[in-house]
Amino acid sequence: MTAALHNLLLYWAALPFGWRLTLRSLGGIIAIMVPLIVSVGFMTLIERKVLSYMQLRLGPNRVGMHGTFQWVADVLKLVCKEVILPTNANRFLFLTAPIISIATAFAAWAVIPFSNGVILSDANAGLLYILALSSFGVYGVILAGWASNSKYAFLGAMRSAAQMVSYEIAMGFALVGVLLASHSLNLNQIVLGQSGNIGHWYLWPLLPLFMIYLISGVAETNRAPFDVAEGESEIVAGFHVEYSGTAFAAFFLAEYANMILISALAATLFCGGWLSPLQGWSWLAGTSLGFLTRTSFIWFALKTSFFLYCFLWFRATFPRYRYDQIMRLGWKVFIPITILWLVLEGLAVVLKISPWFA
Amino acid sequence: MPELQNFTMNFGPQHPAAHGVLRLILEMDGEVITKADPHIGLLHRATEKLAESKPYNQSIGYMDRLDYVSMMCNEHAYVMAIEKLLGITPPIRAQYIRVMYDELTRITNHLLWLGAHGLDIGAMTVFLYCFREREDIMDMYEAVSGARMHATYYRPGGVYRDLPEHMPDYKASRFRSKGDMRRMNKARQGTLLDFIEDFTGRFPKCIDEYEVLLTDNRIWKQRTVGIGVVSRERALQLGFSGPMLRGSGVEWDLRKQQPYAVYDEVEFDIPVGMNGDCYDRYLVRIEEMRQSTKIVKQCIAWLRKNPGPVWLDDHKITPPHREQMKSDMESLIHHFKYMTEGYCVPAGEVYAAIEHPKGEFGVYMISDGANKPFRVKIRAAGFAHLSALDEMVRGHMLADLVAIIGSQDIVFGEVDR
Repeated sequence: MTAALHNLLLYWAALPFGWRLTLRSLGGIIAIMVPLIVSVGFMTLIERKVLSYMQLRLGPNRVGMHGTFQWVADVLKLVCKEVILPTNANRFLFLTAPIISIATAFAAWAVIPFSNGVILSDANAGLLYILALSSFGVYGVILAGWASNSKYAFLGAMRSAAQMVSYEIAMGFALVGVLLASHSLNLNQIVLGQSGNIGHWYLWPLLPLFMIYLISGVAETNRAPFDVAEGESEIVAGFHVEYSGTAFAAFFLAEYANMILISALAATLFCGGWLSPLQGWSWLAGTSLGFLTRTSFIWFALKTSFFLYCFLWFRATFPRYRYDQIMRLGWKVFIPITILWLVLEGLAVVLKISPWFA
Repeated sequence: MPELQNFTMNFGPQHPAAHGVLRLILEMDGEVITKADPHIGLLHRATEKLAESKPYNQSIGYMDRLDYVSMMCNEHAYVMAIEKLLGITPPIRAQYIRVMYDELTRITNHLLWLGAHGLDIGAMTVFLYCFREREDIMDMYEAVSGARMHATYYRPGGVYRDLPEHMPDYKASRFRSKGDMRRMNKARQGTLLDFIEDFTGRFPKCIDEYEVLLTDNRIWKQRTVGIGVVSRERALQLGFSGPMLRGSGVEWDLRKQQPYAVYDEVEFDIPVGMNGDCYDRYLVRIEEMRQSTKIVKQCIAWLRKNPGPVWLDDHKITPPHREQMKSDMESLIHHFKYMTEGYCVPAGEVYAAIEHPKGEFGVYMISDGANKPFRVKIRAAGFAHLSALDEMVRGHMLADLVAIIGSQDIVFGEVDR
């Protein structure tokens, strides 16, 4: 057994460097993608369950124990269905759009640190990369709406183009605040910059920016109360009204992957990522509860889950904004607030206010 | 410069916000609506014509199916028209029962309206909250008539039967725990009146729950305040009635202006709006639910104290007792005549209108002395409201159209008839 392992390691070492790099990256991609897709599946189930309990219903409870495997059934159904191509649609763009959506939604995960140093690509410009990819995701939506050649899809695409672009700005400004505090675009560095104790998290000095980031995140992923791009009661399903089968599933997958991404980013950038909230409680360290103060992937997952829950909570609580009201909120409220806070934060950085900007 | 052109959009009839089968041809300038052309008739069932071909009593069931969310109110107008032609007055107890059920119906109607309106604007949870209470009222319908929706409970000369002494309760099932059963059956141990009284006790708190989610919600206000404004004068000119008219500030309610049944015996207020926008209409309907609860409470108190007949004893227009039929020749003849031929109504014409949850619901009836009406014309409130849709939505955005349709509280069963 050990001999076999030894041989394998020898083979590995004998591979050219380029091969080793490629294989390692591929392994990393699979290690991220598979759990991500599974969590998207569970996310759809959890969404339905959480909403149903908030709304005095039971939710799915037929496939598996309490509907645990409902998502598998849904996926199978969608995959087995025909992808209908509308006669007047632009076939190439019609099929490219979901691919763009899903590709950008997954690619952004490359720079998310799951635990200290556990990261597919420890890129220095990680934050910039994420901003770039989330902007690129808009193309999927716009192309889908345009290529469908349907008035409903067209309206949905117009709405989401305007909405996502304008919230990109507010979100970008909110992230500049993080950049200013951490002096780094590397997500791992940003998390490390928040170590110390719970008071060191960027959540506290950047509270307005955090709120704006979270709300923009909801808008960016086209979730309620900003779901005008697919506003069910207005334009039925918006940009993906003409999609079916796997193509529709791709949009669905992208939306949820983006939702998880936004939550993961909120946890990473403002709430100390994989750092423990009990970090710095030295009196705990000696006791049997000492493990609670250690950094762990679990903390990251818990924080992400909390923000994901907020997404569902919003959906159950709020009515939908009107399209122009969303624009007003983005341009006339959020952007001025972020700029103002960036100025204040700049002052704080110059004055080296501890513990965050020292 | 290329020539700019508005585009037309087909909205419905298969649309989540079309409230049934509304089809709108919208002329859109981007997101802004420049013209809305409602196309109706997709649910036309020729109710009026059908009523001309059958004995009077057999059309009561059709009335339930007009506005299929406020069933008994429709019956009330139709039955009142027949009673006026016949020149009869139902027993006082029957009138109290009618008023009580009219108001319960008003509550179900407004609950469905609130749920659908909320859903249109994106407040999904309100819908299910409303349906929780609506379920109880459906049970009250079922207890009294055997049907959850299409009751056919009001009859010329009274109501089909007195309120039952026993409220049906939930039976044990493997899907419910004992605790759940006890909770669900707690209010169902006594009579129907006990159940209704329990409902009126907890319902105001339920309204508070809906209001917490909506009334002061900034998004809700942004979506409804100043949307679909109809001035007082226009509302009158457009033939509005009910909450649509009161939302615009006109104090008009048939229950007060020309009281029918026993509405002059009960005490209630009519809420009136100020601005005539969607938000005011929302507030008016919410307050109407509270007032209806108040009326129901008064009816319960009266009904508890005053037992008595609920249907006239004149067996020309009401069926005889089943037992008498077995031994009494005259009763048998009455029964046969009543069930086959019906009864003849003196020639004349009459208009009977009630304050329906949606507005003035009237039945205009001409009799030529036969056992079926010569002509029936139904005045549905929703029809007048829908006619004003174009005026209300012009210059608003697509999302507002949905809010306005919601606030008009349109049901196609009565618009198309």
